[in-house]
Amino acid sequence: MIPAKFDYERAGSVDEALTMLAQHGDSAKILAGGHSLIPAMKLRLNQPGVLIDIGRIKELRYIKDGGDHVAIGAGATHDDILNSDHFGGGLEMWTEAAGMIGDPQVRHKGTLGGSIAHADPAADWPAVLLASDATIVVKGSGGQREIASSDFFTGFYMTDLQDGELILEIRVPKPPAGSKSSYQKFMQPASRFAIVGCAAVITMDGGSCSRARVGMTGVADGPYRATNVEDALTGKSLDEGAVESACADAAEGQSVMSDHFASEGYREHLARVYAKRAVMAAS
Amino acid sequence: MSVRIQVTINGQSREAEVEPRTLLVDFLREHLQLTGTHVGCDTSSCGACNILIDGQSAKSCTMLAAQVDGSEIITVEGLAQNGNLHPIQEGFKEEHGLQCGFCTPGMMMTAVDLLNHNPDPSESEIRHALEGNFCRCTGYHNIVRSVQYAAKKIRESKKEAVA
Ligand SMILES: Cc1cc2nc3c(=O)[nH]c(=O)nc-3n(C[C@H](O)[C@H](O)[C@H](O)COP(=O)(O)OP(=O)(O)OC[C@H]3O[C@@H](n4cnc5c(N)ncnc54)[C@H](O)[C@@H]3O)c2cc1C
Ligand code: FES
Ligand code: FES
Repeated sequence: MIPAKFDYERAGSVDEALTMLAQHGDSAKILAGGHSLIPAMKLRLNQPGVLIDIGRIKELRYIKDGGDHVAIGAGATHDDILNSDHFGGGLEMWTEAAGMIGDPQVRHKGTLGGSIAHADPAADWPAVLLASDATIVVKGSGGQREIASSDFFTGFYMTDLQDGELILEIRVPKPPAGSKSSYQKFMQPASRFAIVGCAAVITMDGGSCSRARVGMTGVADGPYRATNVEDALTGKSLDEGAVESACADAAEGQSVMSDHFASEGYREHLARVYAKRAVMAAS
Repeated sequence: MSVRIQVTINGQSREAEVEPRTLLVDFLREHLQLTGTHVGCDTSSCGACNILIDGQSAKSCTMLAAQVDGSEIITVEGLAQNGNLHPIQEGFKEEHGLQCGFCTPGMMMTAVDLLNHNPDPSESEIRHALEGNFCRCTGYHNIVRSVQYAAKKIRESKKEAVA
């Protein structure tokens, strides 16, 4: 399978990429790792006029300690995250999720920026970003802005990213002392995409839960924070029974997906089971 | 539009004009006649097209030739040195790691990537490393043995070199 014809330009820097984007307008598409875009172009689901390759921009590929947060460049690959030692102290789920994405070859090429821009409803990172209260830094011709992850993911393959904007960085606040996190997923056995995935960050204070963050993916047409589960966990001592009942409504209020991998009812069941597993593993 | 690329493939520098939409695997197979790299699924799933790009295994059916301009590539044709099989090739031969052989080049390139980073992998590490490579014939057991054979052989030859 061969993509439709397009022109190709490689950007050497963020500024150069932004200039190219402004110049080509609607016909341009950014190419990062290419592991969502190229398969779609081969199937001709996507036929951009110009590809702007940002895969070599060194200033986009980093993971660093920013004091109260960890800063991840949009060009960091899943494999970079898997092998980084920045994800301790309540951020363990980042390493866990990275290791569950696709296979080694997908992890070598696919980037964090590409995954969140693509916003596949079965992708892993969106749940992790939501449970992290992460901020997404983007830049376009109108300047730079910061978007809370809860505002960034707007639906089925949809984000708040505007035409001509480039994702630069993902900022992950360090959770409070006493936090643990976990990412658990029920995966599609061939692609390893999440049929249901849950990221949980739990903070314990003297035997009871003082703060909970629960991000879900795969369940509905977009990722979401299960705030009802978070509220039900807060203030409880997290024995198995308490967690199970707090997670009972993990899919409530969502337009739950149904496809040939899992029916609506089965997905709701999996949402409860995987929310419970992630919370138990993080507490 | 065409783009000019320069790549070092199996130690040899090659230059070419390619259409931007030329897939890396087609560049290898059709332009350079390096047909050892196979196309299995053509949908990024099977690993038959795996090669090493700057030391990391990658699916050449999911990349453009234009993306690897300036890179160093190793394909299955680059494994044997001076007529001597690479330990991974020897392993597949000795341990019957193949039947039809279609998946074998991709399997070997993934295995070489693993052994470069982890010279003494456990069985479970080998199986996890091969999770992106499908084999429809062998049932994987002999492939795992082939990788173990190569790992041992490489470790022993390094010990000899030190002694
Ligand atoms: C076989 C296979 C298995 C996979 N399994 C999983 C899995 O288990 N879980 C999972 O979550 N994902 C999985 N993926 C998807 C993979 O993680 C992709 O790499 C990722 O979704 C996209 O990242 P990329 O860098 O390849 O982006 P690309 O494909 O290059 O781009 C994707 C989209 O994002 C845009 N974009 C890229 N970077 C930026 C940026 N910095 N700013 C603005 N827009 C940008 C592009 O224009 C494009 O629209 C799998 C993919 C394959 C091929
Ligand atoms: S042919 Fe590339 S992954 Fe199957
Ligand atoms: S030997 Fe036939 S597919 Fe692996």
